[in-house]
Amino acid sequence: MTVVETGARTSVGPRIGENAPRPDGVPKVTGGFAFSSDLHHDRMLWGATLRSPHPAARIGGLDTSPALAIDGVHAVLTHEDVPGSPTFGLEHCDQPVLAGDVVRYEGEPVAVVAADHPDTARRALAAIVVDWQPTEPLVDPALAETADPIHPDGNVIRRIHLRHGDQSAADRDDLVSVEGTYEVGMQDQAFLGPESGMAVPDDDGGVDLYVATQWLHVDRDQVAACLDLPHEKVRLTLAGVGGAFGAREDLSLHVHLCLLALRTGRPVKMSYGREESFHGHVHRHPARMWYRHHATTDGDLVRVEAHLLLDGGAYASSSSAVIANATCFAAGPYMVPSVEIEGVVVRTDNPPCGAMRGFGAVQTCFAHEAQMDRLAAALNMDPVALRLRNALEPGDRLATGQVIAGTLPVAEVIRACAGHPSAALGSDEPMARPGGAGRTADAQHVVRGEAVAVGFKNLMFSEGFDDSSAARCVLHHGVATITCACAEVGQGFVTLARQIAGEVLGVDEVVLAPVETTSIGSAGSTSASRQTWMSGGAVQLACETVRRELLAAVSATHGVSIDDLVLVDGRIVSLAGDLDLSLEELTVERVEAEVVHRHAPTSPLDGDGQGDAHVSFAVSAHRAIVDVDPDLGLVKVVELTTAQDVGRVLHPLQALGQLEGGAAQGVGLAVMEEVQVTNGRIRNASFTDYLIPTALDMPPLEVAALIEQPEPGAPFGAKGIGEPPSISSTAAVAAAVRDATGLALPRVPIRPSDICLGDNALTAEVIA
Amino acid sequence: MPVTIATSIDEACASLAAHPDALVLAGGTDLMVEVNRGVRTIGHVVAVDRIPELRGWSLEGDRADVLRLGAGTTCTDLAEPALASLVPALAQAARTVGSPQIRNTATLGGNLATASPAGDTLPVLAALDAEIELQSAGGARRLPLDEFVTGVKANALIPGELITVIRVPVLEGPQEFLKVGTRNAMVIAVTSLALVVDRPGRNVRIALGSVAPVPLRAVEAEVLVAERLDFENMASPDSDLVDRFADLVADAARPIDDHRSSAAYRRHAVRVLARRAILRAFPGSAPVPA
Repeated sequence: MTVVETGARTSVGPRIGENAPRPDGVPKVTGGFAFSSDLHHDRMLWGATLRSPHPAARIGGLDTSPALAIDGVHAVLTHEDVPGSPTFGLEHCDQPVLAGDVVRYEGEPVAVVAADHPDTARRALAAIVVDWQPTEPLVDPALAETADPIHPDGNVIRRIHLRHGDQSAADRDDLVSVEGTYEVGMQDQAFLGPESGMAVPDDDGGVDLYVATQWLHVDRDQVAACLDLPHEKVRLTLAGVGGAFGAREDLSLHVHLCLLALRTGRPVKMSYGREESFHGHVHRHPARMWYRHHATTDGDLVRVEAHLLLDGGAYASSSSAVIANATCFAAGPYMVPSVEIEGVVVRTDNPPCGAMRGFGAVQTCFAHEAQMDRLAAALNMDPVALRLRNALEPGDRLATGQVIAGTLPVAEVIRACAGHPSAALGSDEPMARPGGAGRTADAQHVVRGEAVAVGFKNLMFSEGFDDSSAARCVLHHGVATITCACAEVGQGFVTLARQIAGEVLGVDEVVLAPVETTSIGSAGSTSASRQTWMSGGAVQLACETVRRELLAAVSATHGVSIDDLVLVDGRIVSLAGDLDLSLEELTVERVEAEVVHRHAPTSPLDGDGQGDAHVSFAVSAHRAIVDVDPDLGLVKVVELTTAQDVGRVLHPLQALGQLEGGAAQGVGLAVMEEVQVTNGRIRNASFTDYLIPTALDMPPLEVAALIEQPEPGAPFGAKGIGEPPSISSTAAVAAAVRDATGLALPRVPIRPSDICLGDNALTAEVIA
Repeated sequence: MPVTIATSIDEACASLAAHPDALVLAGGTDLMVEVNRGVRTIGHVVAVDRIPELRGWSLEGDRADVLRLGAGTTCTDLAEPALASLVPALAQAARTVGSPQIRNTATLGGNLATASPAGDTLPVLAALDAEIELQSAGGARRLPLDEFVTGVKANALIPGELITVIRVPVLEGPQEFLKVGTRNAMVIAVTSLALVVDRPGRNVRIALGSVAPVPLRAVEAEVLVAERLDFENMASPDSDLVDRFADLVADAARPIDDHRSSAAYRRHAVRVLARRAILRAFPGSAPVPA
């Protein structure tokens, strides 16, 4: 690559590495941004959903006529009104659009109505007569395998039995072994913008759907199948997204809206309330995990055994991929010669679980890090030293047998994080103590603890999935227009795409075309920390193609070698200085390129869970310092420090935002966030009772280091950074509370009574 | 939806008399949540947030030892230093309510009207033996707090009545309010405890929140310590007295298991809070175990 000294940049356009302003930033903080719930059409009707009040029931009969008789009600639809596939699903098509003769979780949609007013729609729901015949729900995942199937596809969604290395490696009597059982509760993504959207029918039997989602094209494919329409008759446009974190990967109101719009011939809008939203999207899988670690007396890991049981709830969603991640990364970012992991995800009558930031690696990180601390104690070794001793390095093999071909600075993030000076002060300010504004603790009631945890996961989709993103770049009058169906859900692609185009093309003005399904192919999902790599890579490739074409044309016209031309600040100049052309004039005729970007292919896992299933990996470490009031069991996270493997920072402020946000979700899971489900029913479907951290719960995040080791194959060497912060943070906070209290605390979120009354002290029984 | 925006108490009462089923809207922090959830439908609304008489406070009585609080006093108002110095526990309770935005609009009268078992100001009002003045077109009446709050989200208001004034004594002596929640701010109380000391009267009054349908006084504990505490020097009670006091306070609780906590934890927490509150109020020099 030619390096040109151009002196101070004269242009104002966005470039890589800068804190380019977010185009949606000011509107979002001033209230001007249109979220999907702000959609409006003068002729629109309001949709609403009748949901099952039972976690399990047969439907003996369903009479919609009283609802239809209400003035202002335009349609009442049931499963009989679904013209195409009666079911949908991301990986398994097992979830009914509307339940037919049976419901499998509390809140499962049974009927939808369209009416002239939300209140009318609510009254219509109440008027539908359903002959509910409740049955005993299957709510214990441990019983799911042996219970009668609650679904034609059976109760085991996926089982992976991973075996790596010499399976008799631990059959010696000179090893130190530690064993434990751990649990993770059901976390919610807790996005702020509940599900909402609007469907607008056209005159030709087709429909336009405006909706907040993470993956437009796969939504379209599923919606079209359920509507029995060709893809071109179902057009999706991204509506303003109020957060996602995995909760918008599955369909929610999509098909319902389209059914109602096509039936009534009117635009139909639907917006879930907060309580409905808790029933309307998937959650993080609750997990029960048994582990046994074996190490030499010097602290070299010899073998890790684990059994992982994830509760998938009523429908498969992305459970198959979640259990693969949980299993593949179950041993943590450590070199382990012998591994045996059995990972099972089962179906129950609990709320469906699926994608959430961290995607299976969060649960196992909590467990493997607790095990590493337990092992360090058994070895009488410093827990950080134990981790460093066993840290994976590039060239090492994972438990899947895959060799780490790219970068993975495990030891670097641990060292940076553990060695970072702490600024944590004593708790002089009463509000800063555990209990916060409740002022329950005096200084003498507080004990402090500290711990470090490390975790890693894959970037992008795995196991042979043909993953791609399409992008088009049009350069016209010096303005670059980027078309890509990448869903902006807050991660900042709208900024990055402009930075990438600006960097490659040297232009100031970059316009992003509306995000929808007709103008461009799929960008894939905004998940799995993949969009910077995949769609950022697609934008880079499209822009580079345009750039090459332009330079080739200039080279041919002016007889200058293409290697002697550079594109900078809206001009093409020759290195010799004898040529200086304006891009604006050069692109009076548009120059454009459309590309499909793919990462290197991956392979499926074989029968032993072995294979080159993943593209790339990222690692992070957190150090937590906590104050605990042991008598009341209350916790204050005093300081949280992180170091993360990022490849390269493309936008420092957005990178910090990802690290802060992910860590806050991790703190939440450690000490408060749980969807409480009792006998199949959610007991806290509100932000009054599903608690997420406030400013008094989440300390300022100290960034010890962003480890920049460019990743081969990634655009500008940048790794995805969204998920790692939510992986190791939970484990670090929980470990710090253990350090403060001396308790085992094998379950998160840690409840006050776990600390002061010994609740949830799981025994280390083998659950295999 | 007809709305009366009242600018005087008389106007509000007249409107309530004309529409006995009307909803009274003050800060709206409880009411609007129910409306938005669809569990409460609105007919007529009487908005009382623009009635000057409902705001502000004054001292009454021959010795100016009764604090008269307008029902529209917000949680933010309650935490203002001048007012906080008169009823510190009420100010502390108000500080634990919601977020700053909520505290700016949530009112003392609204906390009483909602009468939630977790209402943060209610244990303090119970400990202070507050008196609630209710007004209607037909006149006014006064009720002690324990007659006003009658059950879970139930109170003695009858159709047409408006909460106008809350009266509490200005006591000489320390006051404490402690609240346990599973988040460090913006949290519904798992349990709370108010303790006020009347030094001249040589008594301690203690009330509990979120451990029964209504705020509870721990009367036996009050009797125990009234006889044994050193109100002259505010000396720390010995550990035996602290233990017995805390046990009696915990015994007074009637907690339940729910999604916010177990009954066992609530009772345990009440005992811990009682110990800490009495030792904060009586910090004297005698040796005290933490």
